[in-house]
Amino acid sequence: MRPARRTDPLWLLGPSLLFLFVFVVYPLGHALRLSLYDWDLLTPERYVGLENYRALFESGDFCTILQSTLSVSLTAVAFSMLIGLALALAVNRPGRLAAFARTSIFSAYVVSWVSVALLWLWLLDADAGLVSAFGRALGFERAGLLASPHTAPFAIAGVVVWKIAGYSMVLFLSGLQSIPTSVLEAAALDGAGAWQRLRRVVLPLLGPTSAFVGTTSLILTFQAFDVVRIMTQGGPVRSTTVFVYSIYEQMFVGLRVGRASAEALVFFAVLLVLTGLELVFHQRRQAL
Amino acid sequence: MNRIGIPLRVGLVLVSLIWLVPYAWMVVTSVKTLPEIVAAPTAPLPAGLELGAYREVFESMPVARYFWNTTLVALGIAALQIALAVPAGYALAKLEFKGRALAFGLVLATLLVPAQVRFVPVFTLLADVGLTNTLSALILPFGVSALGTFLVRQALLSLPDSILEAARIDGASELRIVYSILPPLLVPTLVSLFLFSFVFHWNDYFWPLVMTTDDSVRTLPLGVALLREQGTGVRWHIVMAGNVLLSAPVLALFALAQKQLLNAVAASTS
Repeated sequence: MRPARRTDPLWLLGPSLLFLFVFVVYPLGHALRLSLYDWDLLTPERYVGLENYRALFESGDFCTILQSTLSVSLTAVAFSMLIGLALALAVNRPGRLAAFARTSIFSAYVVSWVSVALLWLWLLDADAGLVSAFGRALGFERAGLLASPHTAPFAIAGVVVWKIAGYSMVLFLSGLQSIPTSVLEAAALDGAGAWQRLRRVVLPLLGPTSAFVGTTSLILTFQAFDVVRIMTQGGPVRSTTVFVYSIYEQMFVGLRVGRASAEALVFFAVLLVLTGLELVFHQRRQAL
Repeated sequence: MNRIGIPLRVGLVLVSLIWLVPYAWMVVTSVKTLPEIVAAPTAPLPAGLELGAYREVFESMPVARYFWNTTLVALGIAALQIALAVPAGYALAKLEFKGRALAFGLVLATLLVPAQVRFVPVFTLLADVGLTNTLSALILPFGVSALGTFLVRQALLSLPDSILEAARIDGASELRIVYSILPPLLVPTLVSLFLFSFVFHWNDYFWPLVMTTDDSVRTLPLGVALLREQGTGVRWHIVMAGNVLLSAPVLALFALAQKQLLNAVAASTS
């Protein structure tokens, strides 16, 4: 439609664009500038060129942080998708029991990350936690999953899976429900068993859904700050110092505004590259 | 496919328990006493219904104020996002003007920028104008929802132009179209947007953590997380009592508006 007056689009869209400019576009530019300075919020800032970036990469911090981030994120994305898909297949049926299971599982996605983190910190408590006691009963030794650098990232990932499996379940469920029953019936008439229908018909048709779930879960897990801050504070031995936690630490513990900005921009670049790769991967799989 | 066999029934119950037992454990712990927890931390039932932990939560932090701040921030953000998304979504879906594709592209691009990327410069920006430690610092940076604008636009694309043309012929101004004719037509989208945004920001921990140091503007997630950091040794019954106070309102809202919340998540796929 033609606008009633030529200025209409301006005032209709203006406020939104102004907000986006002030709180998203300008901050990105400003972060770029800040990343070239050494500044502690108190004394005057000092131009240092690319020093903040050099320090991040040469100290090996980048590799450590990337490794922690990927350990947590990729584990959480892979398992939450697999479990979400399995749950979707299990609860995709009428009846009160299936509805009850759907509600229970999805509730974890609705409560806060803080609640979930505190809850699991207590459940995983090495001495008094319910899960640890359960582990001991099964014959595992006194397991402080959060106390070892080898297990902590995966314990965090496990908690993230518990929190977001309901999210991928709901999306896979709506994907499953958009598959016409006629397609499945046709496959059954052609003699395809349940497993074959799943592998040859259902999974390929869920392609676009899994691309969406994968991408959004990746973005979601890359931002998992609350669980880390509450459960491990980046430890032990920095094994759970993911990007978002490191940025926070540089800014408010180290008062290194420039370094924090540099890390934020590098984090953003990594996130964009991974999101892009994931989309390309899904597109190529679709094309095959 | 519709008949549920016994193994599947058992499976569904077990799976549900994986998600329900932690909540139950939270409630059980919150009504225990410290000596009880020390003596037998994994005793499945409390000795009695002891509400001391809740009393301690109310004594150690201003629960009512935190609750009020959190609700105000979440309501403020959700209301602002809706007030701005309707006109913007309308312009992007229905009006032809130069730069529309560019504006739409900009809105979509901002979907990709996480809060953790922009908090440092936004913090310095708000500090410059003296807005840190205010509720505005918690509301304004989330005033526009790129996802919300996108969803409103998508919903309006399927609305026939003739409705809007008829409104114009009847003499309706654009302002009237945006704020009194469109909202009733957009109810499902706006309800989804409201719930999604309200719950997300009610639960938010990161932004209030980095933007506030003052007790008067703190929010509930921040206060409850602080319970664990107070005093010597973690007093889990108190932390879990705080956690019950934090999660119960959201779970209640979820119970009331389950369908709409599920739709809100499913809607983001389209």
